[in-house]
Amino acid sequence: MIRSLPNSPVYKYTYRFYAICFFIFLVMPLIAISVLAFNNSDFVALPWRGFTLDWFFANTDQRTGFFADDGLIQSIFISIKTAFYVATLSTIVGTIAALLFEEEKFRFKGLLYFLALTPLVIPGVILGISILISSTMAGGYLQDHFGWDIEFLSPSFWLVVLGQFSFAATYVMRLVGARLKKFDRTLEEAALSLKATRLQSIIYVTIPFLRPAIIGAFVVAFLISFSNFNTTIFLIGSDPTLPVDLYSRIKFSSTPVLNAVSFLIVVFITVAALISLFLNRNKK
Amino acid sequence: MENKKNFNVTFYLLIIPVLLWLVILIVLPHIDLLISSFQVDSDAGGKIFSFEHYMAFFKNKIYWLTFVNTAAYAIGVTILAFIVTFPIAFYLTKVISKKYASFLVLLLLIPLWVGELVTVYGWMIILGDHGVVNQFLIYIGLIDKPLPLLYTNFSMTIGLLYMSMLFMVVPIMSTLESLDDSLIEAASDLGASKWTIFRKIIIPYSMPGITSGAIIVFMLVIGDYVAPDILGGKSSLWFTEQIYNEFLATFNWGEGAAFGFLLLFISSSIIWLTLKLSGQKLERVGS
Repeated sequence: MIRSLPNSPVYKYTYRFYAICFFIFLVMPLIAISVLAFNNSDFVALPWRGFTLDWFFANTDQRTGFFADDGLIQSIFISIKTAFYVATLSTIVGTIAALLFEEEKFRFKGLLYFLALTPLVIPGVILGISILISSTMAGGYLQDHFGWDIEFLSPSFWLVVLGQFSFAATYVMRLVGARLKKFDRTLEEAALSLKATRLQSIIYVTIPFLRPAIIGAFVVAFLISFSNFNTTIFLIGSDPTLPVDLYSRIKFSSTPVLNAVSFLIVVFITVAALISLFLNRNKK
Repeated sequence: MENKKNFNVTFYLLIIPVLLWLVILIVLPHIDLLISSFQVDSDAGGKIFSFEHYMAFFKNKIYWLTFVNTAAYAIGVTILAFIVTFPIAFYLTKVISKKYASFLVLLLLIPLWVGELVTVYGWMIILGDHGVVNQFLIYIGLIDKPLPLLYTNFSMTIGLLYMSMLFMVVPIMSTLESLDDSLIEAASDLGASKWTIFRKIIIPYSMPGITSGAIIVFMLVIGDYVAPDILGGKSSLWFTEQIYNEFLATFNWGEGAAFGFLLLFISSSIIWLTLKLSGQKLERVGS
């Protein structure tokens, strides 16, 4: 059953066969996408018509490759910009929340902590529509009573950032909080007894200890933002992020250029994952 | 004395951003969602209180049928995700050597980070009439005409399972990792069968992981839009699609808000019930 116990060959091979099937199931969509990114055909379909790099580089009337597709490049750029702001904002607030809930005692702490966790179990679509309704209400109110026209309260770039931040901060809080649990409090106490203020001890002692977790959380928040669709779709203005752009192209006009961009994402994620594996192995 | 004052300043520096986040982006929006689900435009041009949107839901069979169908489907996919991934979680933590395991775990996480849009698109390519599966079956002569795989409940289930199952594997693996092998060895030495060990030791021990995985999978599936919309057929009834239509196609926000609130209500109730039945706290979910 486990490594140290003997097993019958039938059991062993059946189990191995199941695992192989599972991993084939797992990589199949990624491989199908990647292979068809190089198919010399105008349709995203078999049969295989030979190898081409057109879907990356072509810029003709019939075929627009990824690097010539201004719309796609633009939406990737917007996604990166969004993800950068979301990751920065949620890393700051998420870390602050972790410090608050791990180190401070105050009234209604339990309630507040519960609220901070709720984005884990609220479907993204609900966050999207409630923030949309709320910001529209606030925008309408300010318009009617003060005559202010506040742009980011209607669907726009900054509303997307706020919407994604609302749940990304929870993930940061969890990641940083987990590391903070391992923190040796006596270090902070030592700093305090050496006449450091509370704030100084956080900045010079606690934060440096948390740094690996904070960097990791930033990356996680960035990726969460980069691939988000459910919340983003309601808050988007005129400039689509990559998932929103991909969605409308898949729905209405799919060409193998979608495979090309998907292939690049897969390669990017795989390389990043391998680097993280390599770094973690070296640490040990 | 001065030290105490410092403590206070730090406390406010910490609590103010957190309060802003939670009040403005979590609490107020949900209150506004609830309010606008009870509002209709009056003839005078203002807003009046009304149950109209909820009445529309209960009067139209298609709405509540979709609602029930979606909730039942989400529970079904959650159970399916457990059955499919539990053996894998066990395999990666207990059966194969650690050297391969870390590589395979990495492989497991790649689809997660690649994102739902891309993987759903991949399944669309695989299951289509000119897709890999159909073309292969035709090539080996098993069928003459492509099977209708795409735009069915089958393809929708595959998509939902694929995008959510990894959220089941990870928490189960983290509980199994802390399960001491000697417990299993001892049971085996005492003559317990594999099934008994599985039922009496492994499942009870990994219950916290199963619970938090199940909650996340359920929430993701019930709130998912991309897989049902792209892979599901015209006959696939999916409640989230109704919400999207209310907001993005027919612009009936009031009714959309009511539907959204109903979705939030059913998903929170089921999650709450799961937590109560398993005696687990929300803090553990997703860790």
